[in-house]
Amino acid sequence: MSVRPLVQDPEVTETLALQLGLSAEEWKSVLRLTEGRTPTYPELGIFSAMWSEHCSYKSSRIHLKNLPTEGPRVLQGPGENAGVVDIGDGWAVAFKMESHNHPSFIEPFQGAATGVGGILRDVFTMGARPLANLNSLRFGELKAPRMSSLVQGVVEGISSYGNCMGIPMLGGDVGFDGCYNGNILVNAFTLGLLRSDRIFRGTASGVGNPVLYIGSKTGRDGIHGASMASAEFSEGDDEKRPTVQVGDPFVEKLLLEACLEIFNHDWIVGIQDMGAAGLTSSSFEMASRAGTGLELRLDTIPMREEGMTPFELMLSESQERMLLVAKPGHEQDVIRVLHKWGLDAVSVGEVTNSGRFIGRWHGEVVIDLPIQPLADAAPKYDRPKKVPEYLATVAEAPYPTDLQTQDLSAALQSLIQTPTLASKHWILRQYDGTVRGNTLLGMGEGDAGLIRIKNEDGSPSGKVVAVTSDCNSRFCYLDPFWGAAHAVAEACRNLSCVGAEPIGLTDCLNYGNPEKPENMWTFEQGCLGIRQACLALGVPVVSGNVSLYNDTEGQSIFPTPMIGAVGLIERCFTSVPLEEDHPESFSANVNYYSGSSFRSAADVIYLLGTTRNELGGSEYLKWRLGRVTGPCPELHLDDELSLQQCLREGIRMGLIRSAHDLSEGGLLIGCVESAFQGNLGFQLELRRGHLRLDSLLFGESASRAVISVHGEAIRDLEQLAHNYGVPFTKLGVVGGKSFSVSIDDVKVLDIPCVDLQRLHRGALERQLGLTS
Amino acid sequence: MKVAVLVFPGSNCDHDALHVSQIVMGWEAHPVWHQDTELPAHTDLVIVPGGFSYGDYLRCGAIASLAPIMKAVHRHADEGGWVLGICNGFQILCEAGLLPGALLRNRGLRFLHQRVHLRVERNDLPYTASLRQGQILEMPIAHGEGNYTCDEETLASLHANRQIVFRYAHSSGDVNETSAANGSLEQIAGIINPSGNILGLMPHPERACEASLGMVDGLGIFQSLEHSRRYVS
Repeated sequence: MSVRPLVQDPEVTETLALQLGLSAEEWKSVLRLTEGRTPTYPELGIFSAMWSEHCSYKSSRIHLKNLPTEGPRVLQGPGENAGVVDIGDGWAVAFKMESHNHPSFIEPFQGAATGVGGILRDVFTMGARPLANLNSLRFGELKAPRMSSLVQGVVEGISSYGNCMGIPMLGGDVGFDGCYNGNILVNAFTLGLLRSDRIFRGTASGVGNPVLYIGSKTGRDGIHGASMASAEFSEGDDEKRPTVQVGDPFVEKLLLEACLEIFNHDWIVGIQDMGAAGLTSSSFEMASRAGTGLELRLDTIPMREEGMTPFELMLSESQERMLLVAKPGHEQDVIRVLHKWGLDAVSVGEVTNSGRFIGRWHGEVVIDLPIQPLADAAPKYDRPKKVPEYLATVAEAPYPTDLQTQDLSAALQSLIQTPTLASKHWILRQYDGTVRGNTLLGMGEGDAGLIRIKNEDGSPSGKVVAVTSDCNSRFCYLDPFWGAAHAVAEACRNLSCVGAEPIGLTDCLNYGNPEKPENMWTFEQGCLGIRQACLALGVPVVSGNVSLYNDTEGQSIFPTPMIGAVGLIERCFTSVPLEEDHPESFSANVNYYSGSSFRSAADVIYLLGTTRNELGGSEYLKWRLGRVTGPCPELHLDDELSLQQCLREGIRMGLIRSAHDLSEGGLLIGCVESAFQGNLGFQLELRRGHLRLDSLLFGESASRAVISVHGEAIRDLEQLAHNYGVPFTKLGVVGGKSFSVSIDDVKVLDIPCVDLQRLHRGALERQLGLTS
Repeated sequence: MKVAVLVFPGSNCDHDALHVSQIVMGWEAHPVWHQDTELPAHTDLVIVPGGFSYGDYLRCGAIASLAPIMKAVHRHADEGGWVLGICNGFQILCEAGLLPGALLRNRGLRFLHQRVHLRVERNDLPYTASLRQGQILEMPIAHGEGNYTCDEETLASLHANRQIVFRYAHSSGDVNETSAANGSLEQIAGIINPSGNILGLMPHPERACEASLGMVDGLGIFQSLEHSRRYVS
């Protein structure tokens, strides 16, 4: 077949290839694959996109293989649009987390909005109805240039897209650190529900089957998005604004409903979202999975603008589009449903047995590339690695003098207003968290979001799914291996604090430029740390995403391996109200769940786990010294596992009335957070032992939780903790209108709840400059 | 009870309305597509659900108010049938001229999802018959445009006809300038037409009908309808 370049296309040369982000070595591979023929401009575009870091994972693949991806519940591991995990009785959940960092920094509203749109498509193309969203955001210091408007724009973008789609936001986390001043992180997570025997995959099999293009028309937005995500930022990147896609959640909502309607029938072979690198990656990946070829008529693709070229059509990242392969005879059925929802659906080509991708433009062949060899020849680098120099000294920085008891009240009031610890109420209330009426624990109500699963007839199934996301990037900065392990441990601990057993993880690995050996070493350590924690806690990674080149002006972010975690409670008809709703299903065998807020005065507060003299990486130390320093807190994975099992069992039995993982801010902040949510005070009577005052109250030792227990359940709780070998300490009681703390029988704090709550609640808005 | 839940492109809370009607209340309920021209025969109650019909393009509810099914809804209402508009459904009913006034962007210009308290202003309606006058109901709001407004003449007629059914209140039950987070005129959360058969409100009673979800006060509205229907028939 003779391939003819279009006269209006630029002449393809090695120089042009380098401009499109290919290396000289990769250009040689291109010529090998085209058997010496100079590729056409659209062909060169395909190579540049498919071999970009973003699409090919060329720097990360060699390390990703370390992640444990198998388990008895795993129905689909990494490599598809999303991972799928079995939750029993014919049901499964599909989920994934993905980054949209660079677009969100350039254009925060659209960048964040399309991040949500992209992850939703990844999940519903698997055949799943999305049930829950999370988002993990990392911003710089609020006084940094543009930062307040970035925060507002990102939150509004997520809110606008997710709310319009009618998917409840169940949580997420928001962090602030100077390392993100020039490179914010926007990671979006979606979980959907599907029947375990109705999983749809991105595969283009069946020679002669029609290939359909469905959804929005193709425009010129987002061309080179994948390449943009594969390079560092520098000044003047405003010019990259056209590479950011523009989203339309209304069209996506129609696409969602249309796809779910199609999935109800046996009409299609495979379907894939046109995400990063658009038509290029979707068509190559679908054919590559099936070992087939594709022939597409590019001039028949619905276009938003006149004069679009094959190059633009292959590389556009216009949103809300899918590529679908229909079964013979069902092309019209699919088109009818799409038209019912007012969307475009056009037959643009066929599956072939040639193993090649043929792109025609008004009859002429302008693209002719081998599919499998192109995927196989994708570069795979074992890039040089080197231990960063800062690690030699960062752990040895001396601690400041201990906090004096007379300074405690001021310290608490100050800490509670830092962006990290301040209430995120201003952000969270912009997200709809109760749409679809399944939310048992919404944002801020528990350590993980909790949704009930309904049967097909709409009645509650008794299954409850928990979702959370986490990463303390300061720990990762101090120790890239153990920091990543901490992220897995904390995410699973959050699930255990609501009573759910971890059943699967998704990761979104945000790191710096892989061409710097220090970053590559850090990335490898992160993967190994995740591996160690996953193996110890018995939970697989089923999907994920890598975002490298998170650098601006040569400065890399802290390593931030964000972990999205999914947990399950079987036969859980809820805690208190259960009997009222469904008396017929209530029995002694029912499991309970737990929120994080204290529930009743006179309940007894316990600490589970061990507090050490650890201040490294803590918010307190950052507040005292203005920097992130010290040794990363220890993580003993066997202790972690016992703690989590103990929490789950105590909650399941109904002994534990609230549970809150201790993380940023430590013990005192954790107690205050639980009390705020329940509008209750507390009296703590603590023993200092060998601990510094600040380590006791604000240290961030891992594998700890604060729980509250009914007075009558104390014996059983202590017996349970003993059986699991979990250290427990009685801290005090819930109640009163103040937060009162005594240490070794000396009162050191007594502050009215309302005063502290006012500071906590308004701090973020004040620092964003929205109120005085 | 026979319920029709309208489904527009972009409706989100249609599932929630169907769930409450069918599973919680045990009613017969059917989704009705926006391009249909007839409601199911013998429909008692039409629920115009929340969401973002037509993407909220032009103005919230504006395009949906012209959908083919709306003619049938007008006929149903003219015959005295019940029409309940929730959130976007309230906006649609205002745009369709079935209820007076309009819903502007929230004070503060941001979407608000939070629990609110409503004071029941009258309980002599089919929608509130099982509630007490002055009763405080807790349920969520989730909207960007819920800031009710109307001109002075309309406000006067709302008062004259006792059309204000729910006002935003503090949890204490007090209604004042600070009790409507969205900035609604006179803290109006829901209104009825003069004949008493068309109710529109911004909060979501259908999300507050099951104890397991943490809120049950919305149930009172649906139980009132159940009670009123038995009384009527």
